[in-house]
Amino acid sequence: MKTNDVILQTTTKVVFFIIFLFSIHIFFAGHYTPGGGFVGGLLTTGAIVLLLLAFDLKTVQLALPFNFTVVTAIGLLLALGTAAGAIVFDVPFFTHAFDYFELPLFGKTSLHTAMLFDSGVYLVVVGSAITIIQSIGGDD
Amino acid sequence: MYGRRIFLEFVLLIFLPLVFAILIPFAYKYVKGIHTGWFVLLVPLLLFGYYLSFIPLTMDGGHAISEIKWIPSLGITFTSYIDGLSLLFTLLITGIGSLVVLYSIFYMDKHKEDLGSFYVYLLLFMTAMLGVVQSDNTMTLYLFWELTSISSFLLIGYWYTRDRSRFGALKSMMITVFGGLMMLGGFILLSMMGDSFSIRELIAQAPELVNQPYFTLALVLILLGAFTKSAQFPFYIWLPDAMEAPTPVSAYLHSATMVKAGIYLVARFTPIFGTSSTWIWLVTGIGLLTLFWGSFFAVKQTDLKAILAFSTVSQLGLIMSLLGAGAISYHTTDAMFAFATYAAIFHLINHATFKGGLFMIAGIIDHETGTRDIRKLGGLMSLMPLSFTVALIGSLSMAGLPPFNGFLSKEMFLDSMVALQHFELFQFDTWGILFPIIAWIASVFTFTYSLYFVLKTFLGKGKVDLLPKRPHEAPIGMLLSPLVLASLVLVIFFIPNLVGKWIIKPAVMAVQPTLYASPSDIKIHVSAWHGFDSVALWLTVAIVITGTLLYLTIPKWQPLYRLQPAKLSLNEAYDALMRLGEKGMNRLSRVYMTGRLRTYLLYMFAFLSVTVIAVLFMKDAFMIDMNSFAAISLYGVLNAVILLLSVGFVVFSRSRLAAIIALGGVGYSVALFFVIFKAPDLALTQLVIETVSVALFLLAFKHLPALNTHGETTKNKVVNLIISLSVGVMVTLVALSSHSQKLIPSISQYYKDTVATEAGGGNIVNVILVDYRGFDTLFEIAVLAIAGIAVLGMIRLRVSSRKETTDENK
Repeated sequence: MKTNDVILQTTTKVVFFIIFLFSIHIFFAGHYTPGGGFVGGLLTTGAIVLLLLAFDLKTVQLALPFNFTVVTAIGLLLALGTAAGAIVFDVPFFTHAFDYFELPLFGKTSLHTAMLFDSGVYLVVVGSAITIIQSIGGDD
Repeated sequence: MYGRRIFLEFVLLIFLPLVFAILIPFAYKYVKGIHTGWFVLLVPLLLFGYYLSFIPLTMDGGHAISEIKWIPSLGITFTSYIDGLSLLFTLLITGIGSLVVLYSIFYMDKHKEDLGSFYVYLLLFMTAMLGVVQSDNTMTLYLFWELTSISSFLLIGYWYTRDRSRFGALKSMMITVFGGLMMLGGFILLSMMGDSFSIRELIAQAPELVNQPYFTLALVLILLGAFTKSAQFPFYIWLPDAMEAPTPVSAYLHSATMVKAGIYLVARFTPIFGTSSTWIWLVTGIGLLTLFWGSFFAVKQTDLKAILAFSTVSQLGLIMSLLGAGAISYHTTDAMFAFATYAAIFHLINHATFKGGLFMIAGIIDHETGTRDIRKLGGLMSLMPLSFTVALIGSLSMAGLPPFNGFLSKEMFLDSMVALQHFELFQFDTWGILFPIIAWIASVFTFTYSLYFVLKTFLGKGKVDLLPKRPHEAPIGMLLSPLVLASLVLVIFFIPNLVGKWIIKPAVMAVQPTLYASPSDIKIHVSAWHGFDSVALWLTVAIVITGTLLYLTIPKWQPLYRLQPAKLSLNEAYDALMRLGEKGMNRLSRVYMTGRLRTYLLYMFAFLSVTVIAVLFMKDAFMIDMNSFAAISLYGVLNAVILLLSVGFVVFSRSRLAAIIALGGVGYSVALFFVIFKAPDLALTQLVIETVSVALFLLAFKHLPALNTHGETTKNKVVNLIISLSVGVMVTLVALSSHSQKLIPSISQYYKDTVATEAGGGNIVNVILVDYRGFDTLFEIAVLAIAGIAVLGMIRLRVSSRKETTDENK
């Protein structure tokens, strides 16, 4: 059925990584500049949707062999685990901890448990958005 | 005041039948040889014997209390309070109960009937009834009261395969439960006014209660409970239909005990409400009306049990009216009215004896001839001499002839009614003359139906050969109970003052505790002979003469009943009410529950906008504070124009694709607004979300039907327009008003100050989302996950169910 979308597919191969990197950037920068897990997740979803448009569903599934419902579940567990982890240290549920570290290459950086929670958000957004799109797109 | 030491918490005895009821199914199942009734018989006999031992205590005006706490924090206790009145009813319940159980052993077939259920229900009823008459706590009184309704429901519907049984059970349930609920309302009002659930404490406060605002309401509600239970006009209609129950049940519940629960209630609450004129008028008036109505319509009936049912209704009315008249003694020293209460209690006992016997005889006739239709019966006197004797004694007592106990109480009744017209308060002097007249006419009809009942059945030629069964005398066991009751009828006639001293006077004292210090203060001596100057005597003579004449001419005047159209009867009214309840409500709900989502949205939005706008104006909350507005930028105006154009396009678009694209336009201009109002995170999210959702819309596009008008008429369009405009106006008004009235400062300063130090971040929005208020985010991602799984599930399940149906088709 598909016509030969050489230009689209070639461009996608390049653009996908640009979008993906941008989404990762947005995700990591979220604590200081606009962005965060939600937008980052949505942008990653956008990149994958671009792949889906350029190639077909099966190809993308081969390229990204994840079960996205499992991704959603992992995201939820990560978020809940971060929140619940505080109990172990005898502080109220959902208390975050952070500190500043001197890392090679990055310099002085803060490491924050909120980042873990945000990765949970990121995974849930990607997982459920792709689940929705795949299941609707895969239905005839 | 304990007359003697009571070694047992006798409140527990109330529950003896209930506990015994648990054992009955085992006895029924495993002891096949012996009729289950013999085991049951033990319970009422034991209780009767035990309660007899209270007579010496109450005779001196004493009482006994036994209590177990049930819900102490609410003041609800099971309190057994035995004074003269409770004891009288307790003895009736256990005494007649024993006789009825004995009778039922011979009446209910061991092999054909489900005796297990029968006796379980009966014992359940016994507990309920004992609880009603002994409870001092209004809440437990109500509990037992409803238990009598339920057990009565079960007993009436005992032959549940018959339509008429189920109808009668349901009808009695509806009416008595209605009354019960009203009564509960009255009890709650009373306990609010008196701050106690205890009847004794309420009685002690009676003088203050009279002036409370809800006094009359409580009075009417409690009377509704009593009137429905005691089958007073116009609630008597359930009683004739309850005759579908097995005859022992009719004899027990519907003549001797349950229907007297209402009488008990009225008597018990007389010390509280008795001083009110409303009470006197209602109880006396309704009682007399019921007396007349029941006796008048009894002659119309052709079923033996129906005659007795109407007769019960009428006699209950008589007792009720006497109780009402007795309450007058709070206002006058005329001894005649103290007499009335005495007469009420006396007649209560008498009625229980003769009516119980008559019901049992009706059951025997049914049992031995196969029919209860009076038109088919006749000439049974020589075939069933013992039954005839009992029936004659019962009927003549019911008619009020000597030498039977009914005569004594009927005389006292007539005396009281004659006395009523001399009473000068509450307009009794103008209307009082009606009371003796109605009472007299009703007594004439009572006399007539009593003759009608006994003579039509036992005298005459009869068509013995046409009866379904060959009639013969009943087994002696079956006759034993009616014989005992009939002999009581005679015995009470000869020793009325002994019964009075032992039982009636203590009961009268309980009904009017403020008037007497001890039962011996009640100076009443009942005698059969008052001398020729007694008014009641001449009234009785007149009753006998007129009644006999009426009986002889029954065929001539019976067509009179046909004058009343069937459509206008109370039963018809009840049926119509039920039909209205079922069909009318159905129709009503069908009118507004159209099943169309559009209609429901219409209701919701209309309600929302109307109430909110009304509240805004009523509270005068509407205001615009121009000073709080920020300056309007050019970009803002331009963007707003774009937004409005897109919205207009969405609403008026005729193509779905165009609508979706315009919706995207709306989303992007909202994102632009976020940019203008300096919310980069929101702008980013809005932009991406809008893109994804438009993509999803387009993905689903090919499955969607063409955008059509769904048969919108102009009227619909106008209504929609009005509703949507009003919702828009409402939201705008609320937004403007709430913006103009900020009561407290925003908390955002705290976030600004602590975002770097406390949370180690720079982006306040993100830090709020993941740190300050991460809880919200946690559950929002849960929502997202659920949505994803739900879409997956919806699509997958649809596919698999489609597969299943095609498999089935193959």
